[in-house]
Formats: sequence, C-alpha cells, structure tokens
Amino acid sequence: MLRAAVVGLGKMGLSHHSIVRMHPQIELRAICDTSSYVLDVLAKYTGVRTYADWREMLAQEPLDCLFVATPSRYHAGVVGAALERGLHVFCEKPFGLDPQEGYRLADQAEQRQLVNQVGYHFRFVATFAEAKRLLDRQLLGKVHHVRAEAYGPVVLRPKGTTWRSQSAEGGGCLFDYACHAIDLLNYLIGRPRAVSGTVLNRVFSSDVEDEIYSTLHFSEGLQGQLATNWSDETHRKMSVKLSIWGTHGRINVDRQEIQVYLRELRQPFESFKPGWNIRYTTELTRPVWFYLRGEEYSAQVDHFVQCIAQGTPALSTFRTASDTNLVAALMRRDAGKARTLVDPRNIAGAPQEAAEASTRRSRSFARTIFDRLTSPGQPS
Amino acid sequence: MTAMDPILFGDNQFFGVNHMSEGKARAQAMRFRDTAAVIGVLDEAYAEGIRTFMCTTHERMAEVCDHFRENREKYPGYKFYPCMPYAHKYANAAAERGVLEAVRSFLPEGNAVGALLRGGVSFARKDVEGLAELLVDAEMKMFAGLETPVIFLQNVATDFLLGLGFDEAFRMFADCVRSRYGAEPGFITMNAPRLLGALEKVGIDNPIICANINKIGFRMCGGQPAYEELIAQGRCRMVAMSVFASGALPPEEALQYVCRQPQIESIVFGASSRRNIAHTRRLIEELRAQ
Repeated sequence: MLRAAVVGLGKMGLSHHSIVRMHPQIELRAICDTSSYVLDVLAKYTGVRTYADWREMLAQEPLDCLFVATPSRYHAGVVGAALERGLHVFCEKPFGLDPQEGYRLADQAEQRQLVNQVGYHFRFVATFAEAKRLLDRQLLGKVHHVRAEAYGPVVLRPKGTTWRSQSAEGGGCLFDYACHAIDLLNYLIGRPRAVSGTVLNRVFSSDVEDEIYSTLHFSEGLQGQLATNWSDETHRKMSVKLSIWGTHGRINVDRQEIQVYLRELRQPFESFKPGWNIRYTTELTRPVWFYLRGEEYSAQVDHFVQCIAQGTPALSTFRTASDTNLVAALMRRDAGKARTLVDPRNIAGAPQEAAEASTRRSRSFARTIFDRLTSPGQPS
Repeated sequence: MTAMDPILFGDNQFFGVNHMSEGKARAQAMRFRDTAAVIGVLDEAYAEGIRTFMCTTHERMAEVCDHFRENREKYPGYKFYPCMPYAHKYANAAAERGVLEAVRSFLPEGNAVGALLRGGVSFARKDVEGLAELLVDAEMKMFAGLETPVIFLQNVATDFLLGLGFDEAFRMFADCVRSRYGAEPGFITMNAPRLLGALEKVGIDNPIICANINKIGFRMCGGQPAYEELIAQGRCRMVAMSVFASGALPPEEALQYVCRQPQIESIVFGASSRRNIAHTRRLIEELRAQ
C-alpha cells in the first residue's frame, strides 16, 4: 500500500481526494487545506486526518507520495519540499508558473528517481491516446499542419474573485485552458520551436486574458495554430479539439470521437480503410476501477500508482509540463512584443480609404499593446 | 413503496449532452433552444404512454415545470423525477468564486447557515444537515406543486461523496427527501456495486439505484459481472440508464440484454422523435413480455 496525502482541497483537490481514497493500492493518510470549514466537515464525517499546514503534515505523516492541488503559485514550494523528503509527487497542472523552476524540480525528481506526474488528464483520454498511437505509426505520412482548439464557459461576465482571475497567481485562459491544448500538441506532434503572431485578448476579465490565438512553428514544413477561448458558453464544458493534416490524410480528434480520413493505404493497417474511419470513446475507453467525472481522471491516478510500483517514468512528467509552460511563456512574450503590421500601404495601388481604415486599426492595436505592457501585475 | 413506471423518459438530448459526438450534441442544443420544442417531444412521449420525466434540475427545466403546472388537466398522472444538482452550475461557480462561495451563492439570501459559511466558522453536525436541506430546497423550488415521487442525487455528487467516504450525506439526502417531500430517494452512480454497500451501511435498504447497464459494459465500474450479480440479488431497485451505450449499440441488441434481467424495475432513455420513442417503447414491451 502506498501512503498518500492530498494538499489543497479546491475543485481539483476534492476530486483527487475522492479518487485517490478509492484506489485499492493507496492508503490515504491525511489531507491539508487552509479552509477550516472543509477540514472540519470531512474530519467529522469521514474520519480523515486533517492539517491546516502542509509543512506540519509532511513532518508528521509517514508518506510515500503526495498529491498537490494548491493554487499554481504554491506548487513549487510544496513539490520541492515533498521531493526533499523522497516522496513521489503528483501535481495538478499547470505545474507552477515558471518553466525555469519547473525544469529545476524535474532535475531534482529525476536525480532522486522519484515518480513525478502532472495532471494533464487529456493524455489519458482514449481518443487522444488513439491519435497518438496512429501518429506514432505514421498513418498520416508527413504531418504538415495542426490546429488545436479549446473552448468553454469559464468567464462569462466581468467578475471573478478566485486566484483564477489573478494573473500573478497563474490565472487566465493561457494557464487554465490553453495549456491543455499546448500539452496535447507537445504530446502528439512535439514541442514547437517558436511561436509568432500571438494575441492575448480580454473579453470580460480585467486582469487576465480570456482568449489566445497563436501561430506555432515546429520542424521544417510543419506549422500549427492555436485558438482558445474560455468565454464561450456554446460548449457545456471544456472542449478540446485537434485537427491534424498529413500527406496521407487527416485526423480530427476530441474527447468523444476520433475521425481519421485516409487518402490511401499503402499497406493494410488494422481495420482502417481509405476514406473516413470513425471511432468513438465508447469503444476506445478502457474501464476504470472507480469513475468520477471521466475515466481519464481515474486513469491518470492509477498510472501514477503503477509507475511507482514498477519504477517507470510517467506519461506526463514535471519535464513535459515544464515544456508546456515554456510554450505558454513564449506566447506571453510574443504577445507583448511590438510588431510590424502589413497593411494596404505596403501594396502598390491599394485603395486609399482602405489604408486609412487600417491605420486606425493599427493605432488601436498599438494602444492595446501599450496598455498591456504598462498594466500592473502583468508578467512580461 | 410505490412502483416506478417500467419506462422513464430522460433529458440528456434536450441539453446538448451526447457522450459520443460533440457535433450531435450541438445539433440537439440548437433544435431544443426553445422550451416549446422540449415540450413538443414530452407530449409525443406522453402520447406513447410515457408518464415519468426523469430530469436534471437545469435552470431551463423551470419553464417546462411552468407548462406542466399551467396545463395540469392535459397530463393526468404525470410525474417528475428530479435529478440534482445540475453539477456544471456548481463546478463553474466553484472555479469562479471558490468552493465555499459557490455553495453559499445557491443558498437563500440572508440565511444563517450561509452567513456561517461565509465566516468559515466550523460546523456542528446539525448545521451540515441544515445545509443539505437548504441545497435540496433550492433545487426543488421549480417543481413546486408537481408530483415528484422519486428524487435522485446526480452521479457526480453521489460518486464524489462515495469516494470521500462521506456516506452520512446519503442518509441526510434520504431523510430530507422523505420528510420534506414525501418522496423516495434515488441515487445515480457509475459505481453501483460499491455504492450499494455504502447505502446499506447508513441504513438505506433496498435503495433506488440508477446506473449504466448495457451490453458492452460501458461505464459499469466494478465490472459487468458485479452489476449482473447485484441485479440478480435484488438488494436494490434498479433503474437502467445508458442502455444503448450512447448509441454504440443497435436498439434491438441493446434492449435484449437489459430486458433479459427481469429484476430491473425501470429503463430510462431519451429520444428526440416520436418514431424513436414509439420504437423503443414497443421493443421494451415486447421483450419484457417474453
């Protein structure tokens, strides 16, 4: 039995607590949060041991592993201390806020040969795992374009009082939403070398971005686009979709289904045929021992346990999560950079009024950039 | 103990829920934008003899309830089985305002329990019961004056509490719906074999459990054999949902599997057309008669 504890009992922490406690190879020893109300109720009704201070918990409890689900800016402190004590660590995404710190923790965990995992649960969604398998088998030939989209209903009005609406605390659509799409891209396609044309736009929020659009540059001949918006209530919950184009066909994949179009099949591959091949989550998803919210949440916890048992590295590590943070950092840097716009004045013989309209637009764009660079609390 | 109808009508199709395709889900959300379209399908189901609507406490359901209150004479014997809470409402509020603030925001204005919550004051046992009652009352408001003989706890809530080991909450819910609404408690779950043990432990015997029961074992956590054993033992009143595994199975094959297990008291399914409703009803009746 692995002796475990959970730090941070917000939305994700409570969900992990429920799943972790049900795992047949885990003994949940204790939980920790700053809310005395949540701790009191859980202690009274479930008998779990509670702590208000994670340092005290680490000092008091004999543990093998720790689940960290605090707000992002506390990740590094808690994770570092857990690694010092030789604990295997599962940390909620986006794994801190600073890639440099993330890579340092990855080094530390690897040196100590501790299993380190970050909660990028989309890697455990059966349809995306299937896309990974097909891409690794080169089913699409040479991939030349990829589009990653993530939409959902998080910020639908100019309000919000939690850390998710504070940029200094790791709030904002980039860390909360775009990171899922970036992580999937890193997983399926590889980490982009560079980004350009990034737009971080506010729709309702006052301190953070609500949408992100960016062009991604991978290896020679492979570009991608990212579009994410968390102020979109046409999706009932977060929806992530990838479209991948290759010389042999195309893949569209989301949580529910994977659609594979093949131009031709040079040699037989399983039951695939030229034209559209569609498979649904109902046939791809492997059962889990306990279900809450989606198989992937349970599957990632079980994966962590099996990695500890077998001494193998996790599918989503501190290092891969830091790669994701690095791409997010590239986007933030790119968005804050002054840029050259191409407008009709650059085109010989373009109509005059079009040029004027464009000047007005670019002034307002420059203003936006200026505002963004001078607003307080905005990391550069 | 009042029997449940053998066929219950579900509501996933009305709210853009489709576990297989986001495209289908969106097409449904467009088709059912107006509540009149929802009521149109409920009328068709009623004409097919389906008298129970098992529905989420989605805010749009209030308009459906208004219609049934205003046209009571058109629907003799009509029953609602509310399923609460509508979890996305809480999850979105929790992300925006934090867990405690989210709970508080669904409580009545100026309520003493809400004030305590805001202060983060630690709680006596009866306060948690009181909080549970207030949350149930808030969800039940829209059904005032309608028949609600069974009230369900949604699977996200049931399974979350099951995972925490907060079994007492099931008893609180059961006591509350029995004493305040004269209703029988029901529990929706993806982990039925495990849940039954937890319910029995807190004295809820022969409970109504609604769970996925389908031929391919889709989302039957604990394994299909454990479910089949549970059904055969007759220790709970089983409502089968997701019998078509979100459309992965052809209707005949899907229903043959479910109807082969006579201990299943009810089958809940959703459909958007009279033809599908009639076809499914006829199949269930034929297979059950065999």
